[in-house]
Amino acid sequence: MWSYFLRRVAIGIPTLWVIITVCFFLMRLTPGGPFDFDAPVPAEILANLRAQYHLDDPLWRQYLDYLWNLLRGDFGPSFKYRDFTVTTLIAQGFPVSLQNGLSALVLAIVVGVPLGIVAALAQNTRRDYIVSAAAMTGIVIPNFIMGHMLILIFGVWAKDSIFHLPAGGWENGALTHRILPVLCLALPYIAYLVRITRGSMIEAMRANYVRTARAKGLPFRLVVLRHALKSALMPVVTFLGPATAFLLTGSMVVETIFQIPGIGRYFVQGALNRDYTLVMGVTIISAALVIAMNLVVDMLYGLLDPKVRYDGR
Amino acid sequence: MMAVNLSSPHGAALEAAGEVAGRSLWQDAWRRLRANRAAVVSLIILAIIAVASIVGPYLLPWTYDEIDWDHIEALPPDFALGHYFGTDSLGRDLLARTLFGGRISLTVGILATFVALFIGVAVGAIAGFVGGKVDQVLMRFVDLMYSVPLTFFVIILMVLFGRNFILMFLAIGAVEWLTMARIVRGQTLALRGKEFIEAARASGGSTTAIILRHIVPNVLGVVMVYVTLTIPQVILLESFLSFLGLGVQEPMTSWGMLINDGAAELEINPRTLIIPAVFMTVTLFCFNFLGDGLRDALDPKDR
Repeated sequence: MWSYFLRRVAIGIPTLWVIITVCFFLMRLTPGGPFDFDAPVPAEILANLRAQYHLDDPLWRQYLDYLWNLLRGDFGPSFKYRDFTVTTLIAQGFPVSLQNGLSALVLAIVVGVPLGIVAALAQNTRRDYIVSAAAMTGIVIPNFIMGHMLILIFGVWAKDSIFHLPAGGWENGALTHRILPVLCLALPYIAYLVRITRGSMIEAMRANYVRTARAKGLPFRLVVLRHALKSALMPVVTFLGPATAFLLTGSMVVETIFQIPGIGRYFVQGALNRDYTLVMGVTIISAALVIAMNLVVDMLYGLLDPKVRYDGR
Repeated sequence: MMAVNLSSPHGAALEAAGEVAGRSLWQDAWRRLRANRAAVVSLIILAIIAVASIVGPYLLPWTYDEIDWDHIEALPPDFALGHYFGTDSLGRDLLARTLFGGRISLTVGILATFVALFIGVAVGAIAGFVGGKVDQVLMRFVDLMYSVPLTFFVIILMVLFGRNFILMFLAIGAVEWLTMARIVRGQTLALRGKEFIEAARASGGSTTAIILRHIVPNVLGVVMVYVTLTIPQVILLESFLSFLGLGVQEPMTSWGMLINDGAAELEINPRTLIIPAVFMTVTLFCFNFLGDGLRDALDPKDR
């Protein structure tokens, strides 16, 4: 298991390096830059700016500097948010995204998995159809429509009722400001979890060992919870790996709609402002998280499924 | 599950036997699809939306970029003036804009999916059929791309190269082909050992010919299912780009852009948000139902 882990880490690092390299050269080699101001700037000032940010160095030099700084945890200065380094910006934004993402993740698991089990156990009944239809709706309606609809319903139409919720902003994480964005983040994941749990649960309930467990007279509740659920959770874990990475790195859409200062929104702002270093920083963090979460999922397999072996093939 | 090929010896024998009418996989699938009510209704609705988006703008009294100078405020629906869904805050006809936006969204969705289809099928079929080193290299590349946050990449591309309609679907297509390649490779691996492939090889078919004549037609069923599920994803991605302000340029529009514009004034004028949102959601629903229906129709054992 450890050798497998080390091997995977050994693959992950070059992957990350390729991503960094591609991003770096893509950004540097294309026309336009962070200092294209609307009004022309005197040549000396521009020269000073370029010198300040080392944009005059040869490209290979800039690249090596960037890699070296990365190794020390320094993502470089932000081109647009003067006085801030990218590391500071990420350090500010990431906890916000992390809190929202974790809340949404917990909400999705707590609501999605039980609903999926309920639907599976009531397969082809009205209860199943209602849950499945709701899940389909949650999957199909995209985040940015859902977000605006939530704002419309709870922020505008419910203005004078007790259901009124603020339509945006963060206010240092006031609870009422979190409800809508977390809900909006969680809804599609709830829907996917319902669908996946339902599918794998139906399959598990047909398996021979479940029939055996029932035949020997185990209470139905225990058959479901102790026998069927364990194998039914495998696809759920597979799904949750990348899902967690995406949730934790902050949804660009949700953070933009609800004006939340997380790294997803920093990425969008950075991209629109051509703030190279900021965009690179967020991309690298997300890529690293995706790679790490995929690894965690593969390791979890070994704990959940004794059939999985890491050595050999 | 091969279509009976009448030119093959086996087929000739069948033909000689007379009575047996060949029924291809596709005919079978079509029959099953027609029995699926949700899929059929979705297909009809999609056809209506597509035709409306193509033809509609020509039939309406207002064009998508025309400003009704007498009503430069968001006008509620007014049939006498020909604004069946009202106007947006700049006095442009909302129905015309929604239909025109649908045209852009659907076009991007379909074109980008075909770019993805082309790359994905080519890579998948070659990797699966040729195998060995080629397979290793191609699939490692796909694995690598998988760990890249692709939405980020599309955004970076759009920012760097500007808002360009052609580039948009090329960029989206270039990131959406990965799953397609994996699926096609898996199918190809399964097909590679089959007798008819061996027969083709024995009769001297070149690798290219075998891939094009025998592999590709046989993976098309699975690919079709995936295509119907990719189109809505691409529409979403395009809308997301437009939502960030990286999509098509004014006065052109797409559903994502209309939703974004509508969101800006949802407090005073929720209609401008709801109408394009409904169009888009219905389309996405239909594609999903159609995809599910196709999957059931083409893979009947998966019930």
